[in-house]
Amino acid sequence: MRKNISIQHAVKRYGNSTVIHDLSLFVREGEFFTLLGPSGCGKTTLLRMIAGFNSIEGGDFFFNDTRINDMDPAKRNIGMVFQNYAIFPNLTVRKNIEFGLRNRKLPKEEVRAQAEKFMHLMHVDEYADRLPDRLSGGQQQRVALARALAITPDVLLMDEPLSNLDAKLRVEMRSVIKEIQNKVGITTVYVTHDQEEAMAVSDRIAVMNDGVIQHIGTPKNIYQRPANLFVATFIGRTNVLKGRLLAESGRTFIETHDGYRAEIRGVLSGYASDRDIVISVRPEEFRLKVDDGGDGISATIRDSVFLGLNTHYFVTLSTGEEAEIIQESSIDSIIEPGTRIRLTVNTEKVNIFSEDGSANLLAGVVNDNAMEA
Amino acid sequence: MKEKRRPDMWIAVSAVLFLLFLVFLIFPLFQIMKQSVIAEDGGFTLAQFRKFFSQKYYTNTISNSLKVTLAVTACSLLVGIPMSYFYSFYRLRLSKLVFTISILCCMSAPFLGAYSWILLLGRSGVITTFFRSSFGIDIGNIYGFGGILLVQTLKFFPLVFIYMNGAFRNIDNSLMEASANLGCTGLKRLFTVVLALVMPTVLAASLLVFMRAFADFGTPVVIGEGYMTFPVLIYREFVNENGADYGFASAISVIAIAVTALVFLAQKWATRKFSFSLNSLHPVEKKEAKGIGGFLMHAYCYLVCIIAFMPQVFIIYLSFRNTNAAGTIFVDGYSLCSYRAAMSRLLMRSMGNTVKLGLLALLFIIVIAIMISYLTVRRKNVLNDTIDTFSMIPYIMPGVVIGIALLTAFGHKPFKLTGTFTIMLLAVIIRRLPYTIRSATATLSQIPMSIEEASISLGASKLKTLTRITVPMMSSGILSGAILSWVAILTEVSSAIILYNNRSITMTISAYVAITRGNEGMAAAFAAILTVMTIISLLIYLKISKSEDIRL
Repeated sequence: MRKNISIQHAVKRYGNSTVIHDLSLFVREGEFFTLLGPSGCGKTTLLRMIAGFNSIEGGDFFFNDTRINDMDPAKRNIGMVFQNYAIFPNLTVRKNIEFGLRNRKLPKEEVRAQAEKFMHLMHVDEYADRLPDRLSGGQQQRVALARALAITPDVLLMDEPLSNLDAKLRVEMRSVIKEIQNKVGITTVYVTHDQEEAMAVSDRIAVMNDGVIQHIGTPKNIYQRPANLFVATFIGRTNVLKGRLLAESGRTFIETHDGYRAEIRGVLSGYASDRDIVISVRPEEFRLKVDDGGDGISATIRDSVFLGLNTHYFVTLSTGEEAEIIQESSIDSIIEPGTRIRLTVNTEKVNIFSEDGSANLLAGVVNDNAMEA
Repeated sequence: MKEKRRPDMWIAVSAVLFLLFLVFLIFPLFQIMKQSVIAEDGGFTLAQFRKFFSQKYYTNTISNSLKVTLAVTACSLLVGIPMSYFYSFYRLRLSKLVFTISILCCMSAPFLGAYSWILLLGRSGVITTFFRSSFGIDIGNIYGFGGILLVQTLKFFPLVFIYMNGAFRNIDNSLMEASANLGCTGLKRLFTVVLALVMPTVLAASLLVFMRAFADFGTPVVIGEGYMTFPVLIYREFVNENGADYGFASAISVIAIAVTALVFLAQKWATRKFSFSLNSLHPVEKKEAKGIGGFLMHAYCYLVCIIAFMPQVFIIYLSFRNTNAAGTIFVDGYSLCSYRAAMSRLLMRSMGNTVKLGLLALLFIIVIAIMISYLTVRRKNVLNDTIDTFSMIPYIMPGVVIGIALLTAFGHKPFKLTGTFTIMLLAVIIRRLPYTIRSATATLSQIPMSIEEASISLGASKLKTLTRITVPMMSSGILSGAILSWVAILTEVSSAIILYNNRSITMTISAYVAITRGNEGMAAAFAAILTVMTIISLLIYLKISKSEDIRL
């Protein structure tokens, strides 16, 4: 059965240090939900609290209406995929996958049939009677997933399952995981520190830092309208410029320290007054032209990297700030280092944050922690 | 990271183990310390220690022990390091056999080598007599310092050999190539690079040899004669015919523990200070041993093996020789008369006791070692760390001292265990436990926690996870450790010599008794059977354990 997961005011302490203070989260049934954050942000800790391998010092954890705080990990009906796969090396692939089913004391034929089904689904049936040490990393990963799913768990938990694979397999396995999750329709919580991986597989992402959820939203929303400066810098790359917000007769403008000014729409009414701000401009949100004395932030090209589809420029602004710019490669020659240029920004796409970076001043941030979509 | 856990069965296990250690290790240890400083009237006294340090007869044994032990350590290094170097860097013919024989040599019963060498080089030894009668040359005899040095070196050089093999194997070929690239090759590279890299292991191996040689009782008691070493002194004082002086024996035991503890701490300090991690992705490829150098290398390795293994072969040979009616002198011709004599002297009982002792002890050792390793690896807390520390104490207690401590603690009512099989069992369990715990702990720490979590999240109980997943995964490590313990129990002398009586007598003790009574034929028969049992067990061990890293 599919279940939703609701976490209310969770607290996690190790001795005297509190790593999660007060965290609430709602994962909808059937959803692919990702906890994303830098290492040490508490994402794995939270996952292991759901699984029952870490104690819970405060708050309530529910699967649907069942409180699981004190439930034995073995009784929570969870499928778990570990970072190192945790395949039992002394059991064959088949025995690994049957392990959970046998613990349920199901009839033999049923155990066998169920294991067959998931071995087939994960394409590991041809290795059924091998010992795991003769499997490649990707194959072990498939066995781990089959084993976790074979017990028809209520929720599937995955702890950085792809981090031990090489880059190519990682991309391949993440589409396998996404596809299986779609097919089985199981509520899934996935932990990773790789933002590209998170974007590729997730329905929704919770970005975490220092044990606090910074933003919960769809991949598109957290990229385009990040809730704060941390999310903006952690998801994708961005250039951070200091500037001012100016309000004049109902219109709002951003102004950089060297005097470039552009109108910006959609500033939340509470913030629409003169103030210092931080402007976050993603590399593709700059427009670049050779300095013709026209409008724009003046800058000098420091270096460039040609990557085929795109060309990256590394520039120094006249304010002394450094910036990275991505342009679609043109057939013309690459602009030489030392060339003076002017930069303008795509004001529809840039984000502006309060001076301390704690809040996005634009409308459109969806911090979506509601029970229903 | 520390985590609060819900209480489970492991708390009870911790408590039971802690109690067992208190009763069977700490209490005896405490008793022996108490006995060393408490006078008969119950007052505190240092008279026993004063007695020891004021008489040359006693203090000499310390300097004797130190002298011969240092010499043995140095010689073991001198013999073991070159052999290991040849073995690790060159493709030697019969290298597998060289390795096997080394193991057989260092696991043989402690005094058998000594006894066999006496039969070869003693006053009326085969070789001595041969030289005297054929050439009229007196080549002297090997009793005393020289004999102990020879026998212990041949017994302990394999420790150096095995340790060094592990170290040499960990040297990455790229380091060799880098030093060649920087202009350092040949002998210069051997001394400046290779030996420098394995220095921590040389240190560890020499301290191990030192501890073993210092605590060895069997060799000096048989071949030492007037050259009395420390463990022999303790034994003599304890079984003194003029009435045992328990207080004095206890005091000497305390001194012995202090000496070994000091060496042990030095070892810990040194390994921490000098160790660095080597990880070799590309082990050095063995070269062909060609030319005169190759011949000398082969000759060296084979010669060492032949000399070291000769006593065991010789003993087996002698056991089939005819003896005179009393069994005290070997005469021409071959027969099974020595075995018949042994049969009449408790051979069956000794063998039964030995097997029973070994199997029972193994059972306890394995169960306790699994539990302790699980507690210390998976459930770190103050209580379990204390248990871990307790379990390591026997490391630094010479076997004779363990025997005395147990007798002191359980020699009178209400826990009178004197002369029972139980007390022998206790002694060998205590003595072998640290080794098995070490290997179990090492194996368990290789197993990631997530394997157990996977099992639990798949619905298995904690007990089922332990028995179905964790223990099977540990089994290879535990099994190989257990076989080594089995062999060590087969050949146990030093604690058993204090604790045995006629009913609980074992093979080694029977052999020892026969030697001391001059029943040469019977001694050879017992020794031969023991040697064969040891060899078979070790061959099984080598078959099972694929790794050459042996934790002895």
